[in-house]
Amino acid sequence: MPSGISNIAYLGASALFILSLSGLSHPGTARRGNLLGIAGMVIAVLTTVLAGSPDGIAIIIGAMLVGGIAGAMLAKRVEMTQMPQLVAVLHSFVGLAAVLVGYANYLDTHALTGAEKAIHEVETYLGILIGAVTFTGSIIAFLKLQGTMGGKPMLLPGRHALNAIALLVCVWLGYAFLSAPDAQQGLVPLAIMTGIALLVGAHLVLAIGGADMPVVVSMLNSYSGWAAAATGFMLGNDLLIITGALVGSSGAILSYIMCKAMNRKFLSVILGGFGAVQAQGAATEQGEVLPVSSEEVGNLLKDASDVIIVPGYGMAVAQAQGTISEIARRLRAQGVNVRFGIHPVAGRLPGHMNVLLAEARVPYDIVLEMEEINDDFEKADVVPVVGANDIVNPGALEDPGSPIAGMPVLEVWKARTVVVSKRSMAAGYAGVDNPLFYKENTRMWFGDAKGSVDALLRQLEEAPA
Amino acid sequence: MTIGVPREVHPGERRVAATPDSVRELLKLGYQVVVETGAGQEASFSDADYSAAGAAIVDAASLWASVDVVIKVRPPQVHPSLGVEEAALLKKHATLIGFVWPAQQMAMLERLTQRGATVLAMDCVPRISRAQKLDALSSMANMAGYRAVIEAAHAFGRPFAGQITAAGKIPPARVLVIGAGVAGLAAIGAARSLGAVVRAFDTRPVVRQQIESLGAEFLTVEIEEDGSGSGGYAKEMSPAFIEAEMRLFAEQAREVDIIITTALIPGRPAPKLLEAGTVGLMRAGSVVVDLAAEQGGNCVLTVPGEAVRQHGVTIIGYTDLPSRMAAQASQLYGTNIRHLLTELTPGKDGQLVVDMDDEMIRGATVLHQGTVTWPPPPLTVAIPQQQAPAATPPLQAEAEPPRSRTGATLLALVIAVAALLGLGAVAPPAFMAHFTVFVLAIFVGYQVVWNVTAALHTPLMSVTNAISGIIVVGALVQLGKPSLVTAVIAGSAVLLATINIAGGFLVTQRMLKMFQRD
Repeated sequence: MPSGISNIAYLGASALFILSLSGLSHPGTARRGNLLGIAGMVIAVLTTVLAGSPDGIAIIIGAMLVGGIAGAMLAKRVEMTQMPQLVAVLHSFVGLAAVLVGYANYLDTHALTGAEKAIHEVETYLGILIGAVTFTGSIIAFLKLQGTMGGKPMLLPGRHALNAIALLVCVWLGYAFLSAPDAQQGLVPLAIMTGIALLVGAHLVLAIGGADMPVVVSMLNSYSGWAAAATGFMLGNDLLIITGALVGSSGAILSYIMCKAMNRKFLSVILGGFGAVQAQGAATEQGEVLPVSSEEVGNLLKDASDVIIVPGYGMAVAQAQGTISEIARRLRAQGVNVRFGIHPVAGRLPGHMNVLLAEARVPYDIVLEMEEINDDFEKADVVPVVGANDIVNPGALEDPGSPIAGMPVLEVWKARTVVVSKRSMAAGYAGVDNPLFYKENTRMWFGDAKGSVDALLRQLEEAPA
Repeated sequence: MTIGVPREVHPGERRVAATPDSVRELLKLGYQVVVETGAGQEASFSDADYSAAGAAIVDAASLWASVDVVIKVRPPQVHPSLGVEEAALLKKHATLIGFVWPAQQMAMLERLTQRGATVLAMDCVPRISRAQKLDALSSMANMAGYRAVIEAAHAFGRPFAGQITAAGKIPPARVLVIGAGVAGLAAIGAARSLGAVVRAFDTRPVVRQQIESLGAEFLTVEIEEDGSGSGGYAKEMSPAFIEAEMRLFAEQAREVDIIITTALIPGRPAPKLLEAGTVGLMRAGSVVVDLAAEQGGNCVLTVPGEAVRQHGVTIIGYTDLPSRMAAQASQLYGTNIRHLLTELTPGKDGQLVVDMDDEMIRGATVLHQGTVTWPPPPLTVAIPQQQAPAATPPLQAEAEPPRSRTGATLLALVIAVAALLGLGAVAPPAFMAHFTVFVLAIFVGYQVVWNVTAALHTPLMSVTNAISGIIVVGALVQLGKPSLVTAVIAGSAVLLATINIAGGFLVTQRMLKMFQRD
């Protein structure tokens, strides 16, 4: 295939990828967008295979068949609550692939000299570096999300210094790598660097606590893009560069949105350690909590005309979304205006709550974002909060001494009655006491979220209003 | 221990201290509950309801003789059918819970001391935030305020809401509420929802916001004096203030159709706010509802317990307003009592413990094992009943001085431009072409991704996951090379990237299918 034609095909694939992302601007056009992305990928792969030599075709078909089946099985089997894990593990594949491609390319002989050689080797080096960090970082993120590894941040003494030293060593190794006379000798610094990068990737994510995972996962998303872009530079392939840049900026924007939603600096999230120190100094408001039973909650809901449900990660953990959806459906059938209010960092992945509610067949037009719904809490009669804590903490706005001061939160306490489903009075991820629980219009609905909502649903079923 | 719920013997009293619902809760606390025959009848709770809830139904004599704890609404008085005072019927060392009004009932308390009784007065529960759930005064005042409006509407000859009809104009009723405590605020709310024009007066400036939030106009006098006393109640005002207040009421009396007075000062007779002359200024057919009737009344013409007509104005002095909505009032009161008993039963084992170190229980206990403990020592902390009007100090946004920030940004920009120019000077043209594509693609990505709706951020991540599998192209290119090592490495890369591509796209498709419109 002439290179002109394959270039045009690559251009088409790039355009299709861009259209695929822009399709996601609305749920109505999103599926078409995804199909365009698939089309782009098919074009890109076919073009590359047809343009290459026919020698490796058997390996290609074999590898792609195995990989495709494995991917399809993953996609089919995964529970929606496990999406964060799936995304993390897929990131690690991209990272590893970038490392492998970098090595394969380096081992191949090149006839480059001077600045071109230097640039090419820098590209190779960077591609492997980013790929390795992405790989182990994603693996750790996966283990943490899966629960195999505890969510608490692991803080080595002098971890910032360790990271800095690792970075300096990598720069020095890079110099050694560039000045190596041949590929055999260059391999040594490259391999050492790869080892260090793998350690750094793991260490970076180990230091970050559980609820910062949305930022971590989107950051790794971004890294995987940059790894692909670096590979593109190395191979001189514009399609890889464009796609890598798209993915990289997408991940970066998501990280930025998540940080803004927590009022945290990106750097401080990445450097980790949040949530390790128990919050001190913040005014610990003491007061009386008013417990309610599921039955009373049912009566409250039946008498309400405007209900806003606020789900948090606890809902996903308890797998309560199906029951909540059914409760919402019943209330809506009785003419109650039911909506859902979603905080950007609810869950362990950007947009995680939306997917869980969509899976539970909650129509997406009643699932609203924080900015869309915050002004409506004043008018709401009952606001059930299921498995959320920090994202509804009034201390963030009212108490400048609070560790989460300034974080935008769902202002649920403005509603007539707030019902908080909670296992116990334990503090949330940030370790901050929540003054919401002691507000006059707050009722505490103690118990496991799933058990509570199941009991509530039974009650609504038994006594139709 | 056994809790007894006697029938109220006060004439016209329809409330009861426990409902079948609250009986169920009391049983959960480990108590046994006995209810007098017909105790809830006037409040629409039948004996059968109570036995279904798990209570035993007995007659008055055996109830008083057997139970350890008596819960009541009204203070003990002479029992009409048994012919003795209820206080004398109480078992020795038993506990009595209800409205007691110790200031007026000292004699009765004295008699109870002889029985070694413990008495908790619902009207003496301190006004602290954790005691709100057992604040029966507030829950009853809430009922009374609502009912005051309903009684006024009943006696008033016009609808409350204004209308223009073909047959002429109906002017809206004008209502003045004096005293914006719980009852006053409930009255404002009820009158507003019936469509009346409402104004309210209170000596405490802090309630202004609450009055206005209910849609009423806040009236003031020209004298600066704060009438806020301890515990959120009002205090007595200076003579100059009272004079100014009287002038205001006289002025208002000419304009309004309905006056609802709710002014009470703790431990004193109700202040006289409406003179006979003031009432005389009102138009014929107007209505005055005096919620302070039981404490002597805010209006000099009030006859407690009755509605009288003077100068063409109906003056309602009913003292049983909450009792006129007996079912709801009993339910609220029963819940207040149940909360108190929950506090008194820390072990949930049916054993009543009066913890005199707990300021809430200490305040409510007027008689402890035969010793008068009223009035309680003053509370150490004065907790304002009014939540300070949610003064949320606007948080300092980004304390950094903007100047140095701009400086840093500028510096970063200069360095970046210099670095790019330096790169351009040495880099070969092929690299620059790729670099251009790279930067442009970042900008395109930036524009496109900001448009993605937040609801689809998870699908965005999985689809970017899939397309970052484009790295497969890099691996495929390597496969064409003859080296075996390269082939193995590149082959594994192809495998991994394909998992990504297939997994990413398919799971995205699966997710997006779930997003359904209503």
